Amino acid sequence: MSINFALTIVLALLVLAAAGWTVAAPDAFAAVVGFVIYGLLLALVWMSLRSVDIALTEAAIGSGVTGVLLLGAGARLRSAEEPAANERAGVALHVMAAVLCTSITAGLAVVVLILPEPAPTLAPSAAAHLAGTGLGNPVAAVLLAYRALDTLLESAVLPLALIGVWSLASDRFWGGRPGIRHRADREGVLVFLPQLLVPFGVLMGIHIVWVGADDPGGKFQGATILAAMWILTMMAGINDTPPISRRWLRGILVAGPLVFLAIGLIGFAVPGAFLAYPPGWGKPLILVIEAALTPSIAAALGLLPAGPPERAPKG
Amino acid sequence: MSAATLFGLCGAALVGLGLYGLIIHPQPLRKILAFNLIGSGVFLLFGVVARRGAAAGMSGDPVPQALVITGIVVAFSATALAVALLLRLFHITGQATLSPEGSKNARQKRTDSQ
Repeated sequence: MSINFALTIVLALLVLAAAGWTVAAPDAFAAVVGFVIYGLLLALVWMSLRSVDIALTEAAIGSGVTGVLLLGAGARLRSAEEPAANERAGVALHVMAAVLCTSITAGLAVVVLILPEPAPTLAPSAAAHLAGTGLGNPVAAVLLAYRALDTLLESAVLPLALIGVWSLASDRFWGGRPGIRHRADREGVLVFLPQLLVPFGVLMGIHIVWVGADDPGGKFQGATILAAMWILTMMAGINDTPPISRRWLRGILVAGPLVFLAIGLIGFAVPGAFLAYPPGWGKPLILVIEAALTPSIAAALGLLPAGPPERAPKG
Repeated sequence: MSAATLFGLCGAALVGLGLYGLIIHPQPLRKILAFNLIGSGVFLLFGVVARRGAAAGMSGDPVPQALVITGIVVAFSATALAVALLLRLFHITGQATLSPEGSKNARQKRTDSQ
């Protein structure tokens, strides 16, 4: 057994241990911390599976932004932690759940072990048409050319989720600022960190969006880094969340999906199909879509963890 | 056994573990966490299919990889909405429980205090 494979086994065991802790932790806050660690370990698993694009997404969204969201919720729900005695699952339920889940895992494990050989793959067809898209990263080509419809719907899911979250606001807070105001401690390390990190983080986020055309990266990963930098300044109290009634904010949130949709509709006129790019125009149009989507995604990802408005609008 | 198969088995175990947590934990936040474990286990199974489909000079089949990226973003959106619903429930009833009796007690408590 090579060292590489031994390390792979260790990684798999660590992932399972972190997941086990997330399920078994005594309180919700400890479980959330376990989940964040689990997400980072999972990013390493994706690296090991040579899916660098997914590793970036998992580390940034699956672990990072989800972690901010869940840690905030865990802290707020501490007082409601203890379940009522009549709600606790009994021994019989534990046993039945264990039997059910073990059999599902066993079934999936059998499926994994008898996957067809040679494995079916769309990689050759993706490679064959890659030149026509003007992109070098096949994952980006799937996201923005071959399966652009998925990405269009996905970019619409973010503003829809945000509308759902905002609509949970109390009537008197509608139009106000989401979340609580974080107080800045001018001497504190939480203010120093964004002052140092944010300029580099913004640069890195834009870089990852830009290289995503040819190398691992892309708008979702880059936009998450931009959103993380924004969240950092809001958590440090340097910056406040914008009131949700602001037109510029709503404009940014919907601009990306609307530009994407408009370019998709132009496809009806020129090549004759929805989301089809005119020959030779693929790369420039994809750049326009990415440039429009990045601020929309960053704004939605930055505001989703802040939750619904909790402060009444001024005036 | 290849690394892909090993992580496939790992994904299968994660789905089972997440489902177990979803069933036995009464607290909604723990259910949301467990649901995310199931989701990432399914993504990992997709990743194994992608890795096995390595061909044409690519390290994996890009189609399932792109689907997982889409999936992670949608899973985050759904989690954010679920957490917002949970915090709203907590704000209104003072409790974070899915049991109808729990919320009835909370309503009772509120009318008592008024």
